[in-house]
Amino acid sequence: MAANQEEVKLLGSVNSPFVCRVQIALKLKGIEYKFVEENLAIKSDELLKYNPVYKKVPVLVHNDKPISESLVILEYIDETWKQNPILPSDPYQRTLARFWSKFIDDKIVAASVKVIHTVNDVKERAKNVEESIEALRILENELKDKFFGGEEIGFVDIAAVFIAFWIPLIQDITGLQFFTAEKFPKLHKWSQEFLNHPIVKENIPPRDTLFAYFKAHYDSLIASK
Amino acid sequence: MADEVILLDFWPSPFGMRIRIALAEKGIKYEYKEEDLLSNKSPLLLEMNPVHKKVPVLIHNGKPIAESLIAVQYIDEVWNDKSPLLPSDPYQRSQARFWADFVDKKKIYEVAKNLWTKKGEEQEAAKKEFIEIIKLLEQELGDKTYFGGDKLGFVDVALIPFYTWFKGYEIFGNFNVEKECPKFIAWAKRCIKIESVSKSLPDQDKVYDFVVQIRKKMGIE
Repeated sequence: MAANQEEVKLLGSVNSPFVCRVQIALKLKGIEYKFVEENLAIKSDELLKYNPVYKKVPVLVHNDKPISESLVILEYIDETWKQNPILPSDPYQRTLARFWSKFIDDKIVAASVKVIHTVNDVKERAKNVEESIEALRILENELKDKFFGGEEIGFVDIAAVFIAFWIPLIQDITGLQFFTAEKFPKLHKWSQEFLNHPIVKENIPPRDTLFAYFKAHYDSLIASK
Repeated sequence: MADEVILLDFWPSPFGMRIRIALAEKGIKYEYKEEDLLSNKSPLLLEMNPVHKKVPVLIHNGKPIAESLIAVQYIDEVWNDKSPLLPSDPYQRSQARFWADFVDKKKIYEVAKNLWTKKGEEQEAAKKEFIEIIKLLEQELGDKTYFGGDKLGFVDVALIPFYTWFKGYEIFGNFNVEKECPKFIAWAKRCIKIESVSKSLPDQDKVYDFVVQIRKKMGIE
């Protein structure tokens, strides 16, 4: 093995939107890496060693050094491999990218995921749907160009893969429509453009497998009532 | 052209304190504008942070930056001529970001709030969780002087403000942090010896009085 050979490994799960973010970033930059599918029900020694704090995926391991938390990983990737930058170079624009990515995680992902988990609590579920809609509305107003990153996809677009791919899935599984083209014309158009991007297209998981996995999880929640 | 820097803040906010420390570390002159969160939010706050309507908000030449850790990173990137808060090595930077994010993800403020607002089982659970978080941070600190190594860094700035609230946690939670986590307190005491930190943080007694006031307002015995 060459002394300076890069070894890039991604501990992940094909179902995870957070792992997907990292894969898109790595592929955008043309970085070769090894993908290790983790069984999250039976966590591997490697996962526990590399992410003892949260014991979750994704974990990027670069030359044996681990980085966890998808947005932290994205910043690391951008700083380490300079081609095809995903964050803008202007400090204020970078701030906005960080702000909106955090907003997506704190307000949209959190509430949408809870929509699935509150299947047995009508009031809680309605509250989470409301919160998701409100947050999506704010993001809809924020979108000014083809992508959040401008003409090319950037940090926020990658963070928002959850909205483009996982939210429609949540809608199909729960039968609840809250991210509709009527309510969110700009975000809807954005999601079509985003999912058709050559790199993104190749790196989102197969819909059928993902649907089956989440539907099974959802059905088990209903059954446990 | 002179820089215009304004900080919209509320004096006991640990999140505001982070930005104050960063500005002080860099020697940046700024205008401090107090928001009284016990009364109505000012038009300026609503204009500068329409999404969350919260403090702190840093305003640089008219452009607002909300979210304290994002603001601290902005300060570090713009005023990059002195006192770097993030390391230069990308891996070290990722670790600093991870641990600062940990401080926020673990919601120290919310967990600790249960120490001074709740009683019985809920309070005990909060105490246990709080100590666990601090112990994990102690482990990460290890033998280092600061989380940033030999000097104050991003994680130190993210974490030290909560120390100003400890008197309230300890008195109402009925425990002693130093007894449970001596290394943490030793680190905190080292931090507050630094001028940029001590001049940015309120007195522990003043914060304690504020906690007493809030409890009264909330009708807690």
